[in-house]
Amino acid sequence: MNYTEGTPLRDTRAPDGPLETRWERRRLAARLVSPANRRRMSVIVVGTGLAGASAAATLAELGYQVLSFCYQDSPRRAHSVAAQGGINAAKNYAGDGDSTARLFHDTIKGGDFRARESNVYRLTEVSGAIIDHCVAQGVPFAREYGGLLDTRSFGGAQVSRTFYARGQTGQQLLLGAYQALARQIHAGRVVSRPRTEMLDLVVSDGRARGVVVRDLVTGEITTHTADAVVLATGGYGNVFHLSTNAKGSNATAIWRAHKRGAWFANPCFTQIHPTCIPVGGDHQSKLTLMSESLRNDGRVWVPARPGDPRRPAEIPESERDYFLERRYPRFGNLVPRDIAARATKAVCDEGKGVGRGVYLDFADAIARLGRDVIAERYGNLFEMYQRITAEDPYSTPMRIYPAVHYTMGGLWVDYDLRSTIPGLFVVGEANFSDHGANRLGASALMQGLADGYFVLPAVIGDYLADGPFGAVSPEAVDEAEDSVHATVAALLAVNGDRTPESFHRELGRVMWDHCGMERSADGLAEALKRIPDLRADFWRRVKVTGSGSALNQTLEHAGRVADFLELAELMCLDALHRAESCGGHFRAESQTPDGEARRDDERFAYVAAWEHTGGTPVLHREELAFTAVRPSERSYR
Amino acid sequence: MKYTLRVWRQNGPDDRGRLVEYTVDGITPDMSFLEMLDVLNERLLLDGDESIAFDHDCREGICGMCGLMINGTAHGPQKATTTCQLHMREFDPRKPITIEPWRARPFPVVRDLVVDRSALDRVIESGGHVGVHAGAAPDAHAVPVPKPDADRAFAAAACIGCGACVAACPNGSAMLFTAAKAVHLAALPPGQPERGTRALTMVQTQDDLGFGGCTQAGECATACPKEIGTDVIALLNRDVLWKVD
Repeated sequence: MNYTEGTPLRDTRAPDGPLETRWERRRLAARLVSPANRRRMSVIVVGTGLAGASAAATLAELGYQVLSFCYQDSPRRAHSVAAQGGINAAKNYAGDGDSTARLFHDTIKGGDFRARESNVYRLTEVSGAIIDHCVAQGVPFAREYGGLLDTRSFGGAQVSRTFYARGQTGQQLLLGAYQALARQIHAGRVVSRPRTEMLDLVVSDGRARGVVVRDLVTGEITTHTADAVVLATGGYGNVFHLSTNAKGSNATAIWRAHKRGAWFANPCFTQIHPTCIPVGGDHQSKLTLMSESLRNDGRVWVPARPGDPRRPAEIPESERDYFLERRYPRFGNLVPRDIAARATKAVCDEGKGVGRGVYLDFADAIARLGRDVIAERYGNLFEMYQRITAEDPYSTPMRIYPAVHYTMGGLWVDYDLRSTIPGLFVVGEANFSDHGANRLGASALMQGLADGYFVLPAVIGDYLADGPFGAVSPEAVDEAEDSVHATVAALLAVNGDRTPESFHRELGRVMWDHCGMERSADGLAEALKRIPDLRADFWRRVKVTGSGSALNQTLEHAGRVADFLELAELMCLDALHRAESCGGHFRAESQTPDGEARRDDERFAYVAAWEHTGGTPVLHREELAFTAVRPSERSYR
Repeated sequence: MKYTLRVWRQNGPDDRGRLVEYTVDGITPDMSFLEMLDVLNERLLLDGDESIAFDHDCREGICGMCGLMINGTAHGPQKATTTCQLHMREFDPRKPITIEPWRARPFPVVRDLVVDRSALDRVIESGGHVGVHAGAAPDAHAVPVPKPDADRAFAAAACIGCGACVAACPNGSAMLFTAAKAVHLAALPPGQPERGTRALTMVQTQDDLGFGGCTQAGECATACPKEIGTDVIALLNRDVLWKVD
């Protein structure tokens, strides 16, 4: 697969001048819609995770008519619910020297200087208000005995700025957003359509004006129109088949929007999380994360001697390799995710791995703090681990290995979260904007809620001030609906001899081997050869039974796999063209003598935004300018 | 290992439904219960049959989407465990496994093992929230919250909305679900202004939706994968009575 160069891209809506006042100045310049007119404007929000639920609820609070979709049977189940560890905010409640500027610096550096400064600064600026709002909603954050909020540390930070609710922070934040949404549904300002999947975007007169959806219960395909469309459909980690994502998490909404004209930025920037329960057998259906917060108290090690057959307790201290503490003495076990994942892979490649992983050991912490304190902090995670592995982490170290977790890439957006299709906004993990080439732990929840509660509601009015936009062209609706009907019919018509799952599994292996933790020109070329073959095979041999006019989970999965098979190719192309290592994107050809990522700012300090043409993709570059932080070698040693 | 399954198959809400027997081979002890169903479904598909519909998503016990009646027990034999967290090592291959959907009047069967639990969303919509707009909140440290209150709120807020309590209850009551939300918010300062009306409204809504009344059978708390206890029901009743007075 080849590509051509297109015109450069510029974030046209970020004000120039001092970083510290950009957001204030942008808000002031953004036009408003009067309350009476807001009632006449409608917005579609697809997805009900942290970004989607908070956006839908807040837009409804402002008075817009909102139509909310999710594929789950209730908005409360979107996959943000599974986030464990916490949410960052620059409150400096711990009094350890935190500030907006420091969180900004950590996030830019954590992202390996591949994120946009203006967006990241705004994110850190609004982070404190997120905590205030969530507390006011009744989110039960962990507290100290004095009644104030407790915080802990996460990777890539030397301060304690992560707020948490035991190991269920995502669940509690999502319930807060879901309840805010429920309140607006009850008030009649939001119409909620669960068990409904977006299958295409309606673009009329150059504006995003609606979505084509399939009712997953009846199979009915309908079109819904509005004055603007917001995608909050999450990441595309399930392209790898095995990941920490929910089984239903998929790329269909953003991929179909991409095919309608929304450019896709940095698709190769995927995050491999270092601490997950290792793969068990061939029929494994998903991977389970063990929260990064565990690295506050757990120590990562392997036996110093490859193939050491002894049980962990029998190996004396002197014969253990605490490889993160050894290689990164300044951050130790709390290095960022990409660094920890790669170091783990490196020791396993040397043959020092134990089973299919490395040890995460709490023996020292239990000796220092007592079992009760550890149980209070991580009890539910320990139980989860024990249920899956039948081993007790209080008495024997956990075994962990990296797994696909998050995608930093996504649809390109400007400072106002507008995609390249007017009227199509993208929030949360579905966009590309804030995490560069690597996301810091506890920053996904921060970004999802920042986008939904504070950023989108403040700037969407500037777009809608030109509306309402009048009737949607019937031809545009018919064309989109016909295309969805055709895809569903095609999937049912093949009647081949392979399950959608078997194709998904095979694609996942190709991606993990060639576009996973380490990528090379040869491997990516191989993947770019195999993926089109696999895709052709899919359309010749996939088997979907049942009908399109009823609940049909095989059909749903087949449609998602078909889109993954297209997106995977763009990811590999992007990975191949970016001949540098940065963050989670590690190119074997671009490393320092001691195996660290070697960034190439001369050639690659840009966002790669891909335009879909139906033929050869077109690359548009958005050059990244750094005014507040000078790009430097990202050292955690 | 090889298992015999008796699985509820039902084409849609109007179909009567029936138990169908299957054998599934090649199961290993470290497979999850849902992975076992995945194996069966792939085989059914290749045989040209329709796969068994069942709800699931996160597969790590937190989204609340999965929920099966396994040998007559909601979420199966292991305590404090959702269906997706069960592993086949818990099941004796010599004994058949019966798998049915949640059964309760407000949870109509959609297809096979999938039921419609949207009635639980209606309960939350009617009052399970705090009336606060984004951007209006004071600093998070403005009001300290005693740790025991915060812990009590968290324990109740751990509810995943799976509906096992309703499925397990002989009356099909949603009291544990409703009370968990009421108690979560009643334990914290922001929940106080609407405390009484919230409790009353949610209880009225669940009654209107056809959930049964609570007769303190306690089956709900036994089935709850998050170990929410019946004490929350007593606390809810206190708030309801206080409001009725």
